[in-house]
Amino acid sequence: MTENLVEARGLTKTFGSFTAVDSIDFDIRKGEAFGFLGPNGAGKTSTMRMITTVSPITDGKLTVFGMDPTTEGRDIRRRIGVVPQEDNLDLELTVAENLYVYGRYHDMPRATIRERIDELLEFAQLTDRRKNTVESLSGGMKRRLTIARALINDPDLVILDEPTTGLDPQARHLLWERLYRLKRQGVTLIITTHYMDEAEQLCDRLVVMDQGKIAAEGSPSELINRYSTREVLELRFAEGEQDEAVLRLDGLADSSEVLADRVLLYTNDAESTQRGLHERGVHPEQVLVRRSTLEDVFLKLTGRRLID
Amino acid sequence: MIATLTRARRTVEAELIAYKRTWRGTVISSFVNPVFFLSAMGLGLGSLVDRGQGNLSVSYLTFVATGLMAAIGMQAGAGDGAHPVMAGIKWRKEFHAVITTPMNPGDIVVGRAVWGTIRLTFIMVVFTIIAGLFGAFDVGTALMAIPPAVLTGIAFQTSMTAFTATREDSTSLTTIFRFAITPLFLFSGTFFPIANLPQAFQWIAYATPLFHGVELVRKIALPGIVPPDVTTLPIWVHFAYLGVMLAVGITLAARFLDRRLRP
Repeated sequence: MTENLVEARGLTKTFGSFTAVDSIDFDIRKGEAFGFLGPNGAGKTSTMRMITTVSPITDGKLTVFGMDPTTEGRDIRRRIGVVPQEDNLDLELTVAENLYVYGRYHDMPRATIRERIDELLEFAQLTDRRKNTVESLSGGMKRRLTIARALINDPDLVILDEPTTGLDPQARHLLWERLYRLKRQGVTLIITTHYMDEAEQLCDRLVVMDQGKIAAEGSPSELINRYSTREVLELRFAEGEQDEAVLRLDGLADSSEVLADRVLLYTNDAESTQRGLHERGVHPEQVLVRRSTLEDVFLKLTGRRLID
Repeated sequence: MIATLTRARRTVEAELIAYKRTWRGTVISSFVNPVFFLSAMGLGLGSLVDRGQGNLSVSYLTFVATGLMAAIGMQAGAGDGAHPVMAGIKWRKEFHAVITTPMNPGDIVVGRAVWGTIRLTFIMVVFTIIAGLFGAFDVGTALMAIPPAVLTGIAFQTSMTAFTATREDSTSLTTIFRFAITPLFLFSGTFFPIANLPQAFQWIAYATPLFHGVELVRKIALPGIVPPDVTTLPIWVHFAYLGVMLAVGITLAARFLDRRLRP
């Protein structure tokens, strides 16, 4: 039997007349990496904040480790690690001191914290930066330190809000690799992201959120199979030719999306669709064949793109 | 209660670690400020006052030095409840990180009050010794007035924290320093006896917190001082005023900070 670490039923968060999270249901199982995918403003961060007990729920039911966030916030927070969207490290302290202070906030004995700091600095590849001030670290290093800080109390559940926003590709990949490692160690991860590649790389299961609601739920491949086709043709046309060409694409693919700068054709057989283009005399400047991604799922579900 | 103090200790530990690196600067200012104030006001201005029609029962230096203990407490406390709190909420956002651990916003408030108490005590000890060297008063007796001066400071610190927690940005912090803290500094009896004010203003002074801090420090540090240099109000009134202000300050600071950090 799989144990649910987090259960939400009809979970709702409103700020005045604005509904940030609109009656959502989800279960997060022990040991999985669970994602909330959606554009900015979809309600992901509000949901995270309710799970971390730093935002009271407006309505519905939420349990974390079977406990009630309203009354057992402290006990929940003892067992979680939080990596916020924006780094909020203590800039007056060194790398090691940031970890130490958090260990103390978690009531850990000093000797245990010191051992843990060594492990975590190793994990975050910051061992040689131990005595540096936080201000001297690069963006990627700060992020890794923030993650290390979230791990100081050896949490059962780690919550990461947009963990790689603002990082360069190399720093992102390094971070992903560290997160895989955590997952292998059996740590349950909750990740919010508006990057579809991040969700595909890291998440076992995810929900697609839009305007406070859950639009779909499943593993990345399930979602792609359910809502998209196997392949996608991306067509780019010469200046001013797209509108006319679109009229001749009708019925050529399973479905299509017309974006400002290109047309997407969803098909399970890219080759025959490409032949069809040729037969109809449609000649795009560029044709790109790729497999479907969660971006396509999101587009299909909401008619909009994840990143504008 | 014990749990709250244990958690408050965590804040103190964190502050101490940071303080280890910044204490030199603090020490210099806590030495230099009293020297400046006591020379300018106590000796400079005091020589005029004592020579003139001044009918004080003590030297002006003595009068000002005791008033300054409370006033400096107020300024340090109010300062501590203003920009550093806004930084924790909005600029550096470290409070947001702290509350993802077992700490609650109320623990941050209590922890900062405890840390403020330690820091203010240190400032006051330095001040008292320097003022003693200036010949302002007997240091042994004046040391007894440190707790009331610190109480004044922490009452301001927690109240200011409550105020800051409700503010969007630092503009209103500047305003409150200009239109509340500075007038209090000038008109609460620090530099002249309240009896010199028109009757209506005396009543206003009675209602303001620094007045009670100043009176309390003077009555304890200078056992021989008599009206009109101080009022005839009993000491417990001043203690009660500041005690209530501290209790209200902590309660509101915890509530407002909670609202701000956990919307």
